[in-house]
Amino acid sequence: MNPTDNAFILICAALVMFMTPGLALFYGGLVRSKNVLSTIMHSFMMLGLVSVLWAVIGYTLSFGSDIGGLIGGLDFAFLQGVGMDNAGSPADNLPHLTFMIFQCMFAVITPALISGAFAERMKFGGFMVFSTLWLILVYAPMCHWVWGGGWMGEMGALDFAGGAVVHMSSGAAALCCAILMGKRKGHGSTAFIPHNLPMTILGAGILWFGWFGFNAGSALAADGVAANAFVTTHMATAAAALSWIVAEWFHGGKATTLGAASGAVAGLVAITPAAGFVTPMWAIVIGLCAGVICYGGIMLKNKFGYDDALDVVGIHGVGGTFGALATGVFATVGADGLINGNAHQLWVQFVSVVATWAFCFVMTFVIFKVVDATVGMKANDEEQDKGMDIAEHSETGYQW
Amino acid sequence: MKKIEIITRTFKLDEVKTALAGIGVKGMTVNEVKGFGRQGGHKEVYRGAEYQVDFVPKIKIDVVVEDDFAAQVVEAARDAARTGQVGDGKIFVSPVDEVVRIRTGETGDEAI
Repeated sequence: MNPTDNAFILICAALVMFMTPGLALFYGGLVRSKNVLSTIMHSFMMLGLVSVLWAVIGYTLSFGSDIGGLIGGLDFAFLQGVGMDNAGSPADNLPHLTFMIFQCMFAVITPALISGAFAERMKFGGFMVFSTLWLILVYAPMCHWVWGGGWMGEMGALDFAGGAVVHMSSGAAALCCAILMGKRKGHGSTAFIPHNLPMTILGAGILWFGWFGFNAGSALAADGVAANAFVTTHMATAAAALSWIVAEWFHGGKATTLGAASGAVAGLVAITPAAGFVTPMWAIVIGLCAGVICYGGIMLKNKFGYDDALDVVGIHGVGGTFGALATGVFATVGADGLINGNAHQLWVQFVSVVATWAFCFVMTFVIFKVVDATVGMKANDEEQDKGMDIAEHSETGYQW
Repeated sequence: MKKIEIITRTFKLDEVKTALAGIGVKGMTVNEVKGFGRQGGHKEVYRGAEYQVDFVPKIKIDVVVEDDFAAQVVEAARDAARTGQVGDGKIFVSPVDEVVRIRTGETGDEAI
């Protein structure tokens, strides 16, 4: 065990934890004022629900002893055998508890990301049951496949900090939910204007800050790889914020604050799988591309007509997919991508992208149908008119 | 007695208030309102999606004055609120049947 690494990863875990309330502000500012609390609640309650689920069953399904490359065994259920030393820890240099809680924070934010797709119309009870099932049946297997000794990691897929596990999985789930749930009442005829963009930009800033823990911490050591991941994360994000506003300046005539914040998040998403495998200059290239590609990604919902309220598909789905493929192209640190002559890596990345989308979409479809038929997923028109804050929580965010 | 409703730009509130107080208007009621006139609303863009915002924020000032004072109030309000650009607003004048001062029970011009 290495005390320096331990200190670093514990701080990184705290940074990643801060991303979830940051996401709550990012999403909360984007909805109408009558839905601000319910939207914040979707993120905030994942800190409660997922943390407990993770300790009880999620961690062991993700990192327990491998069963057929598909799922972890129950050796760490209820955190048995997860202690203060490194016994059984996937990272020899860290106490097992440190590794577990760092991974816990990733598990917390992933279902919270999905909630942007069904914001302003989701019943709270349905959301909690859906998230429970999704964490166990989608997140835990994905996490095991990539990081827990499962088939995707064995195949050689590169996913430094969760491009597939966190972003593609939540993007695919978001697309499925947005299609199955249908549009918000008034979609197409009413303008759904963000009620508090300063809140959104503050949230984006917190996400950017916390993402250093997310990506640099994924080195699992306070070493040079962590330093590289920190720098690539920052460079890609900065570049994507720039390229997004340039794209919208040309396309829409104005550079907007929401565009700057959205571009930053797009850059963070895209660099996530690549963070430890590329150099800072390639990170800038990835960021520049990500800003423009994700700006295009958010147009998809207008083209195809689904109501992904807060653009989870356009930013996390498209950004995560691009990032996974870009990793296969630009990897030069500790792995070789296409530019180092290793075309096979790009093929492996492509397979991981297709498998992630297919698995997460289909599983989300099944979970959605089950929860919808039992607890119910979508609020009715009257509840949507009142606003989800009053309808679901008997509260209002602002007293005028 | 006449009620004069002045609907105009929010930033013109202080100038209109000062102008009316300057000619002897003793009280007024101010509301924040939204609406549109011939100019329509305005366009807002979020993540590339354009939204037409129909209702533009304005202020509405209600003043009730004696009949023979009304023209002077309208003129003062019109001059103070005018910028010459589209969206300056409207002034409506309508008759008022009765006014009651709640504290004293006075009615009519006495109560204004």
